[in-house]
Amino acid sequence: MTRKNTLRFSLAFSAAGLVLAGCAGSMQQGAGMTPAELDALTQKVVKESFRDKGIVKVSQAFADDPTTRACDASDVAGQPLSAERAKEIEALNMKTIRWPADGKYLGDWKEGEKIAQSGRGRTWTDKAGAANGGNCYNCHQITKEEISFGTIGPSLYNYGKIRGVTDPNSPQTLEIVKYTWGKIWNSKAYNACSNMPRAGHAGILDENQVRHIVALLLDPKSPVNR
Amino acid sequence: MRKTTLCAVLALAAFAPHAWAQKSTSDGIAEYREMLQDGNPAELFEAKGEDLWKQKRGPRKASLERCDLGKGPGVVKGAFVELPRYFADTGKVQDLESRLVTCMSQLQGIDPKEVIDGAWGKGERANVTALATWVGSQSKDMKFNLPQSQQQERAFYEVGKRLFFQRGGSHDFSCASCHGEEGKRIRLQDLPHLSGKAEDGVGFAAWPAYRVSSGEMWTMQHRLNDCYRQQRFPEPIYASDATIALGVYLGVNARGTKSAVPAIKR
Repeated sequence: MTRKNTLRFSLAFSAAGLVLAGCAGSMQQGAGMTPAELDALTQKVVKESFRDKGIVKVSQAFADDPTTRACDASDVAGQPLSAERAKEIEALNMKTIRWPADGKYLGDWKEGEKIAQSGRGRTWTDKAGAANGGNCYNCHQITKEEISFGTIGPSLYNYGKIRGVTDPNSPQTLEIVKYTWGKIWNSKAYNACSNMPRAGHAGILDENQVRHIVALLLDPKSPVNR
Repeated sequence: MRKTTLCAVLALAAFAPHAWAQKSTSDGIAEYREMLQDGNPAELFEAKGEDLWKQKRGPRKASLERCDLGKGPGVVKGAFVELPRYFADTGKVQDLESRLVTCMSQLQGIDPKEVIDGAWGKGERANVTALATWVGSQSKDMKFNLPQSQQQERAFYEVGKRLFFQRGGSHDFSCASCHGEEGKRIRLQDLPHLSGKAEDGVGFAAWPAYRVSSGEMWTMQHRLNDCYRQQRFPEPIYASDATIALGVYLGVNARGTKSAVPAIKR
């Protein structure tokens, strides 16, 4: 930080101190600032602390988004979103789901396994245009054969079997097939503050890749269901 | 030799039945880490750092022996476990690395840009890494006790908390996506819970550390930088306020836990 910035920063602190002297009740844990001022200071710090690198751009990475804005605030406050607000956000995200134009939800589970294994893509050391991975195994158990899986998300082993899917093309299973597609496309449509990326919505995976992941989870021949 | 051992441990695990293998792999890695404790290559960086502290360097041909790391000029023991903290002379909250940069600039006349715009493992930034390793090692087994007496320190804790929970980038990841719950893993890697109850020598209390997989010494700045890379965020500028505020948040949360610095990592 330059000297000018330091001065500006000190001034911001003193100004906040003067304005707020005597209303300690509204301040956060003796930080001498209100929560709103701390939010503003955080945004200022973010603006001054990050720079574009490789394919990752500051303007895109911190673009305002009503979903993450609401969830971040809820995490900071340590209070879950109200059921009503969560529903609003889920509805907002539901609208972004692009369903397969040809009505084909299932691809090749073998391709799906490759995508699930790959954690590549979208970091500042990745190249533009290269196929992204789904990062699935980083957080989920999926097949029994792969022992190196993360535990941030629930186990997806036997995902289709548990849900009684024996023929994923039958009309009886359409609801669960659509849910699986939608969850991968935009996880926040079903759980407002889900830890899971919005793979389709954010352009991490394309329609064909989503098809392959759906097959990995729902095809009775997939090792997930055997 | 070191890499061969790890490969052997992992290869063994790959052929084993799965429940046993998970247990065994992390046990094996823990065993392997313990084995290395006797010969942590971080010692080489410690020795280099001590040398750099005492050596007359830079345009002013001065040593860093008068550098004030928060406990008075020249006091090194115990300084690490109280950083980041507020410094009246710069009017800023600073972590160990940004403070070292200030001392190198003020005492030795070394341009901070050489570190801030430098590259990992090269030039003056590599020197700061060695210095941080040595300074950190002088507080080994001491308990973290970051001051929160200054308004700026308390404000930075609150800013750090907001940064910890800030989702962003293409994947909506925040620090909390991986480090917000107890007992989680990415693949087989155990993740420290950084917003909750801290443990001795884990998370904040483990950096600087020697990374066996890359054969590099990593400081907290380097650790945060690579976390943000994996988070699909843009690059945090070295010693920027975001990195310092996160340091305050993590460090205050680690209060009372013992420092394992310099640690050794996979």
